Amino acid sequence: MPTNQEIAQMAHLMRRAGFGATYAELEQRAADGYEATVEELLNPIAQPDLEMDILERHFVDWKEMNALEVNQAYITYRMINTKRPLQEKMALFWHGILCTGNSKCEHGRQIQLQLDMFRDLGMGNFDVLLKGLSRDPAMVFYLDNCMSHKGAINENWGRELLELFSLGVGMDGQANYSEDDVKEAARAFTGWTITNAVPRYPYGRYESNFIYNPYDHDNDQKTFLGETGNFNGDDIVEIIARQQSAARFVSRHLYNFFVADEVQVPAWQNTAPRDPEAIALLERTYFDSGYNLTAMLRVMFNSDFFKNARFEKVKSPTEVVIGTMRLVQDFTSPKLGLQPLANTIRYMGQDLMNPPTVEGWHTGAEWIDSGTLVERINFAADQVGNTSLPGIREIVSRLDSEQVSTAEGIVDRCLEMVGAYELASETKEQLVAFVGNPAPGSPEYSDTIAQTLQLIVSTQEYQFA
Amino acid sequence: MTATKKDPVLVVLQLSGGNDALNTLVPHGDPLYYDNRPSVRVPEGQALDLDGFVGLNPNMGPLKRLYDEGKVAVIQGVGYANPNRSHFRSMDIWHTCEPDKQGTEGWLGRVIREIDPNKENVLTGVNFGRGLPRALAAPGVPVASVGNLATYGVLTGIDAEDQRMEALDIFSKMYSPTLGRSAVVDYLSQTGTDALKGADILSTAPEMYSSSIEYGQDVVAQYMKNIAQVHLAGFGTRILYTTAPYNSFDTHAGELAAHASLWGNTSNAIADFMDDLREHNASDNVTLLVFTEFGRRVHDNGSGTDHGSGGVAFVVGDNVKGGLYGQYPSLEEDKLLEGDLHFNNDFRSIYTDLAENWMGLDAQPLVNGTFEKFNFI
Repeated sequence: MPTNQEIAQMAHLMRRAGFGATYAELEQRAADGYEATVEELLNPIAQPDLEMDILERHFVDWKEMNALEVNQAYITYRMINTKRPLQEKMALFWHGILCTGNSKCEHGRQIQLQLDMFRDLGMGNFDVLLKGLSRDPAMVFYLDNCMSHKGAINENWGRELLELFSLGVGMDGQANYSEDDVKEAARAFTGWTITNAVPRYPYGRYESNFIYNPYDHDNDQKTFLGETGNFNGDDIVEIIARQQSAARFVSRHLYNFFVADEVQVPAWQNTAPRDPEAIALLERTYFDSGYNLTAMLRVMFNSDFFKNARFEKVKSPTEVVIGTMRLVQDFTSPKLGLQPLANTIRYMGQDLMNPPTVEGWHTGAEWIDSGTLVERINFAADQVGNTSLPGIREIVSRLDSEQVSTAEGIVDRCLEMVGAYELASETKEQLVAFVGNPAPGSPEYSDTIAQTLQLIVSTQEYQFA
Repeated sequence: MTATKKDPVLVVLQLSGGNDALNTLVPHGDPLYYDNRPSVRVPEGQALDLDGFVGLNPNMGPLKRLYDEGKVAVIQGVGYANPNRSHFRSMDIWHTCEPDKQGTEGWLGRVIREIDPNKENVLTGVNFGRGLPRALAAPGVPVASVGNLATYGVLTGIDAEDQRMEALDIFSKMYSPTLGRSAVVDYLSQTGTDALKGADILSTAPEMYSSSIEYGQDVVAQYMKNIAQVHLAGFGTRILYTTAPYNSFDTHAGELAAHASLWGNTSNAIADFMDDLREHNASDNVTLLVFTEFGRRVHDNGSGTDHGSGGVAFVVGDNVKGGLYGQYPSLEEDKLLEGDLHFNNDFRSIYTDLAENWMGLDAQPLVNGTFEKFNFI
């Protein structure tokens, strides 16, 4: 039997490297061991993918994916049911950084194809990922590289590639690149464009494909980050990947997303990392591994700084909704009501595949305001208060079989069941006073447990991952 | 501004999806209208004439009545340079007043911050609908977002009333500010306390309300009723916002029937709202803005109309100087912009009027620039 400490550690890993897990899964994984679980997560393709041919029979609009709502429903289902949670979490990670939005997109499926690319390349080498991104039709359109021509550059892609996608404005108080570097990068990417999106009846368009137009490519010398040559786009990416600032960029984003909330990204130039030693370790791993994300994730998840960072992050709306659904075990197979469920993520302030700007979402405490907090609490409380859902039934029968009967016992065990949460002592005292001492097997027993769970998911503590 | 002791209140109704300006404010005196709209048009002689040239859609009778009373400013040809025909992007531009780059802050979020910088009232801004429109979003500005006023609150899923009260009591204690924890926890405590306070106050609005007006059952009508309830309850709410259902005005196909029903309901809701406020002597400090993200293509597609530019907006209220404002965009082919109406008036001119002449605020920082006013107030 795994110890409570091992369960708590596993709950932490699964919340961060995935979207949470039921208590039974935590026990199983804790028995398998922490490092073994990390290795399994790092090797997603060993696990089966969703069976799309079957799912498309239930969700017929998944074949087309031509509207934002359809795409949102699809990835909601995917995140709940994937057997490859880290791969999906990494797709979400990159989606929040390498942003494309439905606000400027010819066809809904185009962003879905971009997310597929993140699933394929998101745990590989950073330079390979950036090369994929540079060829991604949704991105080429979103940042206007199709409007950038030899002799008449559009700097949008060149600028965001450096500022938001790979180096950041600066670090340690210094700028990471100059305005000239932006222009030279844009020149190197001239001719990287997309085919015209063919209109489809009655609305919308078919997807575009990436195409390289050598006649529109600027073939003159460029000087970029101190190097000179007749660079093309891939050369720019390779120079970027060699920079210390690229290592810092990837490391700090990984830390912010998986370990603990950092200040908002625009402040990074002049604000030192929260844990400089952790960032230094990740930077070394970046270079030692040839810019490999899987190697960086392995070092991070096995580090003490990760293991000791329980509840140091405010959950994103996606983590609230998906984590709660995985807890209550609903939507584990196709059924009606998926779209309203996906909408709850938007109501909490994260319109997936439609971020507010190319800078993505502000994270941490900025997820929370009085409106979104009410949405979070009411959503989670409604779910865990529903004793007909399999995950809640499982918790009730488990406590019943363990003959847990004291108020304190019920509160403690419920906290463990939702992922080894810990409450401030005064909060816990209030919960214990609320619960009373219902007898296992009595009619009010399951209601008491459901109400205890409702109060637990209403706490401030539940807002943290 | 009209001399009044009450604080001015701004209500905004957003028509999502791109309302067809040509079939809303019909240029019935222009033969080009009938040439361009062989199928999707208001038949000759049916528009509710305003000035011999333009007229309202025949389903907008209640709004026409308010117009005849001189309480409706109709802003023609409204838009912005380089129109964007994406719903999301164009709505964003209207919300943030940032046509050239993507902005994060909403203009009404800035207005709320200006009115109540110390967050003394958690209900200075209230939105009806799930999720917050970006117009109201600004860092650190609390805005209650109410899906259903009758059931709005924290932990509304607990059915038994006594259990819910007990749970709420614990909730208020759990979120009561305590010292010595982290800044993030302090922030969460404050937010939870604000949310509970706002919900407690808002939930009392329906029971305080009585009226002879019977609103329609459609979403817009019900939310306009909720807005009246909150205004009449006297919570000090200054900005109230609601939206027509997601993209309901996006009439690519079957426009004639859909548009008729949309405007029948919407103009009823607007007139009921005004009548309701008047019945309670509470209309003198309320102005209503009705807007949409863009107009639609001049030429119809046989069944509906596709995304265009150059829209129409309405400002309604007892302090409004009614009439037609701005020029109707020309329908002549060489005056069109890629087949769409060319805008004559920047939407931020409307906002500037509302901010300065109505709310008494300096508009420039709120709307990101200086724009000529119509002076419809």
